[in-house]
Amino acid sequence: MNSRSLQTTIIFLVIAGILALAFGGFFGSASRQFSSVLVETQTWISSRFLGIQDFFTAPRDIVSLRTRNVELEAQVSQLQVQVIELQQRVNETEILAALVNFEQANPESTYKASAVIGRDPSPFLHYIIINRGSNDGFRRGMPVVTNQGLVGRVDAVIADAARVQLITDPASKVNVYLQNADTIAISLGSVTGDISLDRISQDAIVQPGDLVLTSGLGGGYPSDLPIGQVITLRSLEFELFQQATIQPAVDFTRLAIVLVITNFRPVDISPLVPLQSP
Amino acid sequence: MRNIIAFPLLALAVILQSSIVSQVKLLSGYADLPLIILGAWALQERVKSAWQWALLGCVFVGFVSKLPWPVYFIGYLLVVLVAQSLQRRVWQAPLLAMFSVTLAGTLLLHLLSFAVLGILGTSYSFGEVVRSITLPSLLLNMLFSIPIYTFMRDLARWVYPSEVYE
Repeated sequence: MNSRSLQTTIIFLVIAGILALAFGGFFGSASRQFSSVLVETQTWISSRFLGIQDFFTAPRDIVSLRTRNVELEAQVSQLQVQVIELQQRVNETEILAALVNFEQANPESTYKASAVIGRDPSPFLHYIIINRGSNDGFRRGMPVVTNQGLVGRVDAVIADAARVQLITDPASKVNVYLQNADTIAISLGSVTGDISLDRISQDAIVQPGDLVLTSGLGGGYPSDLPIGQVITLRSLEFELFQQATIQPAVDFTRLAIVLVITNFRPVDISPLVPLQSP
Repeated sequence: MRNIIAFPLLALAVILQSSIVSQVKLLSGYADLPLIILGAWALQERVKSAWQWALLGCVFVGFVSKLPWPVYFIGYLLVVLVAQSLQRRVWQAPLLAMFSVTLAGTLLLHLLSFAVLGILGTSYSFGEVVRSITLPSLLLNMLFSIPIYTFMRDLARWVYPSEVYE
């Protein structure tokens, strides 16, 4: 071994020894002083480096952040649309579930659900247009209901749509039965959409809140379909009959899906009605 | 040839009337989109096809509505008649003319409806119907008439370009 190699070996051994003593904690305060200087120096350099790095990379980050922001906003919009769609489906499902419950509770009839797609353009008439017609077996005169009660009956049919006369229409007349009073009457629509009862016997004791159902008389509608409840009664001694106004069971302003009773055939009793002589 | 736009436009108007406008109620009344469109179209100076548009409107509305089609036939033709007579007299104030046509058209159509309902044996309280249907419908028609007039004016310029007209 020449003198140069020996010198190098000695230096390495000395440094290694110093490091071993330092890591072993034998230098105490000197080691702490040294390390603190190192840490401060590194902190200063690191902070300056980060500052310089931010200076050069920040614009690129803003662009990427903006891009990301746009992407996220688009995603939020999509999710909001999905939420609205899902909410609509939930509403439809709730309506359909109610209709299915109604159908199960009234198994004697056959129902076909149909969506309401329009109303009569004239504000004087109360008709709705549904999205199923003769292709689905709909015929004129078939009763239309919801889970809440009677809606009306099919007035006109084409292949894929039908027009339904609501019981609020001024030309609508339904034979009804007042359950509590045990008497019959006629439900009449009006231009303004209110429903009233006429031909209530003077002997009948009718109270506000009494339930009004279809009587089935005349063969135009099945019996026992709810129509509404009596709100007010007008009874005058000199008149032949009492009149009443009723609160419809169905909310006609919010009709979205209706059920058409397809196994009901209305009976035309007009030939049996005697002609009135002048 | 561009007058053929009447088919999709009036069909769309009747669809919108049936599906949306009839749901936007004020008391029991709502606007009459085809009536306003026909009135606004007939008020345009260059337009020569208002009568044909009115007949087409009758066909579309009569197909959807239960109200007897003669009501719309007479009503819409009267609207065009009123609009064309006003257009010659009040040409300097088109919006005033539009409001006048809307007012007259709504009242005429409702009067015809009253008459037909009376003939069909429907009993109603005239005052109540005017209060809850006619006046709210009139107000809504007035509100709709401004944007529709602007739209129909632009449409008339497209259907009847000035080069062809002159």
